[in-house]
Amino acid sequence: MKLYEYLGKELFNRYDIPVPRSRLVENADQAGEAAAELGDVVIKSQVLTGKRGKAGGIAFASKPEEAKKEASRIFDMSFSGFVAEKLLVEEKIEIEQELYLAFTIDGSARCPVVLASLDGGMDVEEVAEERMIRWPVDVSIGLQPYMIREICRLMGVSGDLQKEFLKFMPKLYRMFKELDAELAEINPLALTPNGLVAADAKVTIDDDALYRHQDLPRISEKTALERKAEELDLAYVELEGDIAVMANGAGITMATLDMVQHYGGEPANFLDFGGGADVEKTSQSLELLLGTDPRVMLINIFGGITRCDVVAEAFVRVKQSQGIELPVSFRLVGTNEEEGRAILEKEGIKTFNSMDEAVRHAVELSA
Amino acid sequence: MPIYIDENTRVLVQGITGRQGSFHTGQMLAYGTKIVGGVSPGKGGQEVEGVPVYNSTFEALENQEAKASILFMPAPFAKDAAMEALDAGLKLLVLIPESIPLHDAMEITAYANQKGAVIVGPNTFGLVSSGNSKIGIMPNRYFIPGPVGVVSRSGTLCYEIVGHLTDSGIGTTTVVGLGGDRVVGLHFIDVLKKFEEDHDTKAVIMIGEIGGSAEEEAAAHIAAHMSKPVIAYLAGKSAPPGKRMGHAGAIIERGRGTFESKVEALNGAGVKVADLPTRISSLVQSVL
Repeated sequence: MKLYEYLGKELFNRYDIPVPRSRLVENADQAGEAAAELGDVVIKSQVLTGKRGKAGGIAFASKPEEAKKEASRIFDMSFSGFVAEKLLVEEKIEIEQELYLAFTIDGSARCPVVLASLDGGMDVEEVAEERMIRWPVDVSIGLQPYMIREICRLMGVSGDLQKEFLKFMPKLYRMFKELDAELAEINPLALTPNGLVAADAKVTIDDDALYRHQDLPRISEKTALERKAEELDLAYVELEGDIAVMANGAGITMATLDMVQHYGGEPANFLDFGGGADVEKTSQSLELLLGTDPRVMLINIFGGITRCDVVAEAFVRVKQSQGIELPVSFRLVGTNEEEGRAILEKEGIKTFNSMDEAVRHAVELSA
Repeated sequence: MPIYIDENTRVLVQGITGRQGSFHTGQMLAYGTKIVGGVSPGKGGQEVEGVPVYNSTFEALENQEAKASILFMPAPFAKDAAMEALDAGLKLLVLIPESIPLHDAMEITAYANQKGAVIVGPNTFGLVSSGNSKIGIMPNRYFIPGPVGVVSRSGTLCYEIVGHLTDSGIGTTTVVGLGGDRVVGLHFIDVLKKFEEDHDTKAVIMIGEIGGSAEEEAAAHIAAHMSKPVIAYLAGKSAPPGKRMGHAGAIIERGRGTFESKVEALNGAGVKVADLPTRISSLVQSVL
């Protein structure tokens, strides 16, 4: 779960990580009032997409009237389809240098990694590899001061700035660990006359760990349909095409979409209804797909922990209760496939043995 | 020469009294796995499928000799159970649960490393030494002995491919599910090394997907160290550009992680990448 900048900064505050003074506003008038209080300000749209600075979602203002005007301009903007509901109005801080600091999880090393650079700012992705210091943190010892000194040495940092990092980094690491973050990124990390200040905050919390962070707000970037799927605990992504796809398992679902495209069709969605779903959940998945009004439906089941008879039963139930008018290409093999086929055959529904045949049939039906 | 497990590997089932734990204990016994005990705190003294149940891994090991364990429990309890198993001295853990928090997975793998133990998963279907023993949840009938080693990031897609192989009359030596999560114990390279050493394995199938850099790392390893033919399939060619994790994700991957970069890396290492899962068996036949 990605957090808005202002939420990230609230968490920074909780962990004693310095952030600029600010006010969160919901309309242009409030932005004017905030500027009257804070003086020279930066006005920042609160959206979850990156590159908002380049897109014009960040503005400076020195007078309340100016702040109001900029705020109303930003409220009217759309960032890759997202509109900001809130703006963060922050005091403008005196920045001597823009640095970069992040903790994230390195799957290859199976541990957290520190990323630090003296070249922070807008184009940090372009920073040369040798200017971006990476230091893996063994979770059995955690972040130790020697690691910070070593990171500083590699960056060419010493003296007061090293002392600043020795204070700053442990706080960010503690937050990263305690809040089950996947990412805690500060770009830019501002070097000011008063030390290091987090001028931005990009924090992502591990969705699988949210159950132990009940105090955090829940934020979703999903479409209405995707949210409904989320409530049903289905992995669902909307796509552009007209062949609705349902399969069991992320890998096979992706492979099914790939195969649809390979044969010239266009998938309407990615829907992985998981392993071992019962009749209820399988029916809900089917209903969700029917609700998207696709031209063709492709069901690809390779039963392992998922039982073919359960899928068949769910299909028949939905067919009887709300009718399934569109053409369906149904592939059904694996655990209890004979039982599953028998249930479908009674309803006059034919199934395929091979994924290849089922996909080609679906593509033909959609043509 | 079986790798990781063989017909004599003695196995515990943690979470044996649950719906999944008990069902798959039956399936594993039917395949021939030597399940010597189950663990379920507070339920010691019962039997599941004829297997004695103990209150803890320690208690189980006081009564039974075992090397490996398979874990079935809701994700929030998995770290505790895995740490207990490692502390008690088990050397191979198969973590079935999905949705284990990443920070838990990092702690589990770090502790396993200290203890010299192997973690398979989390979010895996497990592993099978075909015809000998399986520690996992894969459907039994597709896993027949033969000359091909298989290592996969995803479950059902692996069944699909192995099923196709079986239908073509080609069996497998060992099939390993790495698990679909970002932090997992075994990586492609670990298993590729074992396959290279295994005399019975004549060819290797690796099943990957977009995201992360595991396939690119495997490609570098294959180019430098593998003499056996490797066939790959990668899922996710048609996926729209994934959600990147801020800049850090992009920096970590440095342009890796896309379908194209993986295919390029694997082709560069002499690996044939099948464009459809159904074409793998003919590619395998051509190298056997």
